[in-house]
Amino acid sequence: MVAESVLQEADRVSKMSVIDKSSKEGALRRRLAVAVVLVLAVTFCVTAQTTLETVLARGKLIAGVNASLPGFGFLDAATGEFSGFDIECAKAIAAAVGVDVEYVPLTAGERLTALQARQIDVLIRNTTWTLTRDSKELGLDFCPTTFYDGQGFIVRKADGINSIEDMDGATVCVTSGTTTEGNLADAFREHGLSLKTQVFAETEAAFGAYDAAACDCYTSDKSQLASLRTTAAVPGDHVILPDTISKEPLGPLTRHGDDEWFDIVKWVVFATFFAEEHGITQANAKTFTSTNPEIRRFLGQEGGMGAKLGLAEDWAVNVIAAVGNYGEIYERHLGPNGLDIPRAGSLNALWTMGGMIYAPAWR
Amino acid sequence: MEKRKVVSSHAIPFWRDIRVLRVVSQIVFLVAIAAGIWWLLNNLQTNLRNSGLSITFRFLGDTAGFPISEGLTYDPTNVNVYAFLVGVVNTIRVAVIGIVLATIIGTLVGISRLSSNWLVRRLAALYVETVRNIPLLVQLFFWYFAVMLTALPLVKDSISLPGSIYLSRRGLYLPSLVPTASFSVWLWFLLGGLALAIVVYVLRRAQLKRADRPGIPIGWAAIALVLVAVAGWFIVSGNPLSIDLPVLKRFNFEGGLWLSTPFASLVLGLAMYTGAFIAEIVRAGILAVSKGQTEAAKALGLRKALVLRLVVMPQALRVIIPPLASQYLNLTKNSSLAILIGYYDLLNVGTTIFNQTGRAVEMILLIMGSYLTMSLFMSLLMNLYNRRIKLVER
Repeated sequence: MVAESVLQEADRVSKMSVIDKSSKEGALRRRLAVAVVLVLAVTFCVTAQTTLETVLARGKLIAGVNASLPGFGFLDAATGEFSGFDIECAKAIAAAVGVDVEYVPLTAGERLTALQARQIDVLIRNTTWTLTRDSKELGLDFCPTTFYDGQGFIVRKADGINSIEDMDGATVCVTSGTTTEGNLADAFREHGLSLKTQVFAETEAAFGAYDAAACDCYTSDKSQLASLRTTAAVPGDHVILPDTISKEPLGPLTRHGDDEWFDIVKWVVFATFFAEEHGITQANAKTFTSTNPEIRRFLGQEGGMGAKLGLAEDWAVNVIAAVGNYGEIYERHLGPNGLDIPRAGSLNALWTMGGMIYAPAWR
Repeated sequence: MEKRKVVSSHAIPFWRDIRVLRVVSQIVFLVAIAAGIWWLLNNLQTNLRNSGLSITFRFLGDTAGFPISEGLTYDPTNVNVYAFLVGVVNTIRVAVIGIVLATIIGTLVGISRLSSNWLVRRLAALYVETVRNIPLLVQLFFWYFAVMLTALPLVKDSISLPGSIYLSRRGLYLPSLVPTASFSVWLWFLLGGLALAIVVYVLRRAQLKRADRPGIPIGWAAIALVLVAVAGWFIVSGNPLSIDLPVLKRFNFEGGLWLSTPFASLVLGLAMYTGAFIAEIVRAGILAVSKGQTEAAKALGLRKALVLRLVVMPQALRVIIPPLASQYLNLTKNSSLAILIGYYDLLNVGTTIFNQTGRAVEMILLIMGSYLTMSLFMSLLMNLYNRRIKLVER
């Protein structure tokens, strides 16, 4: 974790100084060590380059992702491959710009600091859109929501809990570094219930503790609960409660002060929405033709949309050819073969089907 | 003999005069360091300004909004700075108990390694070698996930011991004493008793000194305190303290004193790990005392236990205390691993605060400051103790 490594660094650097405490040089060196480490912890580089220029110069996109959430961001230890809903988004952005992708696995606690400190170009790690994160408090921008989620609870069937009302006095496991703790406290306070919590730095530890009955309940985004249930000792023993205690719109993030890059990531996401709306799939993207002027602008055959964003004209075609449209991405990871989160009737359906997946005008 | 004045035709030029060079080089070095620090801080300042962030501590007065289930009485409506304080108190709890346990384990194991009994010696060596070489994090996970969460029963099947003590996977529940309305009055009696105890101590010590007798009259002071406290108990109306028993509700026990399993795992893990290092330090200290001392003591007819207690250990302590201080500091700082097993220590709470408020730089400064303060305080105490037991050379 950032804080722990900072403390370890200070420890190590200060030990390099002379042991004699009365030596002025030793004391000065120790002070220097602390100051150096302090600045290292806040490595904001002042560069004149925009993120797009940096990515093109580097030849690859560095995306912060989750490595331990099957379905959204998961690193298969056996093959060393990343896969998931969020991973596809990173691939889409890289395809639009025309570079490779490098994935940086991040814990919930370090993900925002990594983006602020320019260690990654974009953060696609099931992060909730909140006011505090969007404001200049944290200095981050949220791209369109790719998954509308809500916070829920997973409990053991044997405990006979049917809703949050039955959980007075329960112990709840949570993972640190997310909006979960605050939402949990708010929800219990609203219902006038008392609770005990246990907070862990890592999701696997937190869910492991819940599975070992150290807690009566584990709380997180419902998509994460669906994913984690597959890792439980006996998945069938657990049930996700119908209560949803918060809104958790998940999407990619970029930094403040980089409008061009923000627009690019935003419209890559919209490209996947647009493609599904008009039936452009991974199979037919390269050969799709249409007389509809809007679709022609999308495919780059007219209108010069690519130049406006600073990308090649066929950027949208490259995106769909690389990862498919939104429906295909959803089906691949969250459909019946994946986490099996039903799309029909939920907010994640296309706007024409009553959901919130909606791309603005392509002109 | 007359002193002859040395007359040299040329004085040493200042650029070769070693006294001047010494001073100048130190000044130059100081200036360079100061310039370096100033440049780094200026860089930090500029970068923060350019990114639109700034270092303020105003967020400490905001509502925390997250729960902390262990430690001082706390509610999510309390402010951030109080939440952090709860975390600090939790860390101090772990550190104090861990240090006491580690010292006991370390001393016993260290002495065992020098035992004449082959089995005891081997077992002690096995313990030290194994525990020292496994990373602390792995040991903490072992204690929490592999031991506590599998060996202990579920809450509803708790092991219940006489006197309302319950042991389960969630922790140990004990009956606790709760202050009642008349407690504040009784507190005055306690303070009065303490003052009386100090007076008694001082007087008795002076008395003993005059009679040239050794002794530390702690017993006298303690008796004075207890007498006043008991008198106060009966004088005050009602009972100043009442007993709160843990009662099993639907999910957990309510009431009583709760020692959670993460707390126990952390304390045990830290004590065992640091204890192994302390064992080696103790062994080194004992071996540092020259063999002549042991032989002379045995020649005087002292048995082995008394040789150790009266002759060897006082001399060994001078070698043991300085590295022991570092081990205590290590234990305090290693307690920051608590976040990985779900204990609410100061790093856990601090991290939550900086995740919720986004104030990473300020919180890291606060966390570093807290550890620094605790470490410096501990070093101070150990140095004072060291100075007291130092060998006064003739």
